[in-house]
Amino acid sequence: MNAVLRHRLLWPAVVLAALLLTNLLFTGTFFAVQMRDGHLYGSLIDIVRFGAPLILVALGMTLVIATGGIDLSVGSVVSISGALACLRISGMDDQNTVSGVVAAAGLGLVLSLALGVWNGLLVAGVGIQPIIATLILMVAGRGLAQLITDGQIITVNSGPYKLIGGGYWLTLPFGIIIVLAVLALTAVLTRRLALGLLIESVGGNAEASRLAGIRSRGVIIAVYTFAALCAGVAGLMISSNVSSADGNNAGLWIELDAILAVVIGGTSLAGGRFSLGGTVLGALIIQTLTTTIYSIGVPPETTLLFKALVVTVVCLLQSPAFREKAFHRRRRPVTAPPAAEEKVRVPA
Amino acid sequence: MTAPVPILRMRGISKEFPGVKALSGVDFRLLPGEVHALMGENGAGKSTLIKVLTGVHDIDAGEIELGGRKVVFAGPSAAQQAGISTVYQEVNLCTNLSVAENILIGREPRRLGRIQWGRTRRRAAELLARLELDIDVSAPLSAYSPAMQQMVAIARAVDVSARVLILDEPTSSLDTGEVAQLFRVMRKLKEEGIAILFVSHFLDQVYEISDRMTILRNGRLVSEHLTGELGQVELVGKMIGRELADLEKLEGKPLARETEALVEAEDLGRAGAVEPFTLTIHEGEVVGLAGLLGSGRTEIARLLFGADHAGTGSLKIDGRPVSLRTPRAAMNHRIAFCSENRRAEGLIPDLTVRENLILALQAARGWSRPIPRRKQDELVDKYISALKINPADPEQLIRNLSGGNQQKVMLARWLILEPRLLILDEPTRGIDVGAKAEIQRLVASLSDGGMAVLFISAELEEVLRLSHKIGVLRDRRLVAELDNDDDLTTDVLMETIASGARA
Repeated sequence: MNAVLRHRLLWPAVVLAALLLTNLLFTGTFFAVQMRDGHLYGSLIDIVRFGAPLILVALGMTLVIATGGIDLSVGSVVSISGALACLRISGMDDQNTVSGVVAAAGLGLVLSLALGVWNGLLVAGVGIQPIIATLILMVAGRGLAQLITDGQIITVNSGPYKLIGGGYWLTLPFGIIIVLAVLALTAVLTRRLALGLLIESVGGNAEASRLAGIRSRGVIIAVYTFAALCAGVAGLMISSNVSSADGNNAGLWIELDAILAVVIGGTSLAGGRFSLGGTVLGALIIQTLTTTIYSIGVPPETTLLFKALVVTVVCLLQSPAFREKAFHRRRRPVTAPPAAEEKVRVPA
Repeated sequence: MTAPVPILRMRGISKEFPGVKALSGVDFRLLPGEVHALMGENGAGKSTLIKVLTGVHDIDAGEIELGGRKVVFAGPSAAQQAGISTVYQEVNLCTNLSVAENILIGREPRRLGRIQWGRTRRRAAELLARLELDIDVSAPLSAYSPAMQQMVAIARAVDVSARVLILDEPTSSLDTGEVAQLFRVMRKLKEEGIAILFVSHFLDQVYEISDRMTILRNGRLVSEHLTGELGQVELVGKMIGRELADLEKLEGKPLARETEALVEAEDLGRAGAVEPFTLTIHEGEVVGLAGLLGSGRTEIARLLFGADHAGTGSLKIDGRPVSLRTPRAAMNHRIAFCSENRRAEGLIPDLTVRENLILALQAARGWSRPIPRRKQDELVDKYISALKINPADPEQLIRNLSGGNQQKVMLARWLILEPRLLILDEPTRGIDVGAKAEIQRLVASLSDGGMAVLFISAELEEVLRLSHKIGVLRDRRLVAELDNDDDLTTDVLMETIASGARA
């Protein structure tokens, strides 16, 4: 029981459960999952499905933050990747050829990869502070996406491409399968292999890591590349879901949601220890919150305020210092204080 | 003679951290106008006692009485207002501000909310004059030596509150002259009736300055003595709880050996760090580096490990020319380097003892070849018991360990790699006598096993005891290379350091 109470994912899990239960109060059938046309349907499935791009971006962000960095450019990478893939598909004679769609998606991912390497080189090679280094691509990337789409919204009509963000496979939405695959891959890379230890070490003390023989520069370039790749996949998903690429609005502000998900999941912005499970919980909390706002009928003009309140509560609950203050009285010495009135309480 | 009333009295203090009982039932008293040394090994509870006293930590049991009244401190500032000030080993001042600003920051004389700079400077100068110091208070603090910065910190502490002054290892980075200056200041404060709590690992200094001492071991009070009534050997015996035969065993000087040259540096140098030097290290040889702080000892070590790039000269390993561009390159030649700056360049505080211990090995294997968990546990258990790392819990966060035990983990990190050359930069600084003897013995036995060791230490006795040959540094230049024969004594070493040539 004690181990459960002390588990660092306890509070995010409690918050998620509370949000889901709130929904159940307003919508009695909220937890129902049905099989329709060989596909699974239900509110829970929808939360994961719509949250899939955010989970992906947040997973990449987790590793970046664990090295003590931050990546503001993922939103731009989302739009660039989707734009390039859609541009390519819209130029094809037959938009339904699988090989053509795979090539287009691959092209988007390769460009994302290159952008990630660019970020990594700016941070680790040139030594620019991460927030500035990635701010460059955050701003410039939107411009790049608009260049690709020529300032228009590119629409495509491709069955295979639609599968990525809107299709089903093995009864599940394809997006969920992609998320599970990327999550598994990340977990293997960081926890089965030793990448996680090296990342945590670099984030914990970069100079000491270098002197212990870790190639910090390589580790940092790798995490930014991975973050951009995750953003690229998320970009394909988002554009596929609406069958169009919008350089201006695709993935807008997703970097902030991703950072929030990482923080809610218990990974410190100062770097060091990270938790992939926490990040997934964090992203699900954010998505569930959005769903909740619709289902309990919060007036649209107060939506942002409501969201801000919930997030504030979650972040406070995550802080051990706050819980100590709120739930327990500051501990007194155990021995009974003799003649309490003698005691001089020196003001802080 | 009537016993004076203690200004500070602590009774039955207990404090527990997760998994570690740091203090149990410790009594402590401090008399006005005395210098009281707090003695004990690393992990004995000295730092915890100080932190409890200064309000950094709550206490689990016990009571603190200051000037006859029971007190509970809500935090360091509360302790300070009540009259307890602390100067830590690393000076907590702002080097970019002026001396006067540092002394009076937050308490500047004001009129109508405006700071009166003239009065600020005059007041600061008065406070320093009280310590018989005469320096330009408008100059930035960074213009002064660490020793002077320490005095400034003391001046500030004394002005904030003048009843109890705690000096936590104030001398660990000072040279002899600076220590004398510090002691003059301490005696002056003592005459004014301030009670001074002094923590130091240098026994000679403790005997020179302190009137009384309290000895802790494993979080318990051992005893309290007048300094004059307790001999050094007895003191050390009480601190480590056993007889001091250990240190004596190493007294016989090791014999120089005829072996193959392992590392040969020729005119290796780096502008602004160390002048070109030539040094050969043989297999199984312990080469000591002696010299004052900042004389280039650490810089030589960093060049040999590839932590910095050499600007000039060449390096040969096993007779073949190599270029060490990164620490990793040096590790591939099986060179290991244990930095003097444990906190900044050694520990990863968020990680556990196990993870810190295997880090270098894992780095050498790369991210794609993880060390199997069973193998990790095996290695970690082996080194925890071999080096007596305490607490013997591999999953404890390393930041919860005491300094000496952290140092042992750092050593183990490199020993796992079985290096051919182990560079130890001040491996025994700031750790207690028992751990020091263990590390010295370890160095001797590693060298017997064929490992070459470059041993850097400010303590000449230690260098002399362990080394086959000693390089002497002065002003960033390797001025002499002395064989450790029977004629070599600490006096000769000191003279060489002072004059730049063997006397």
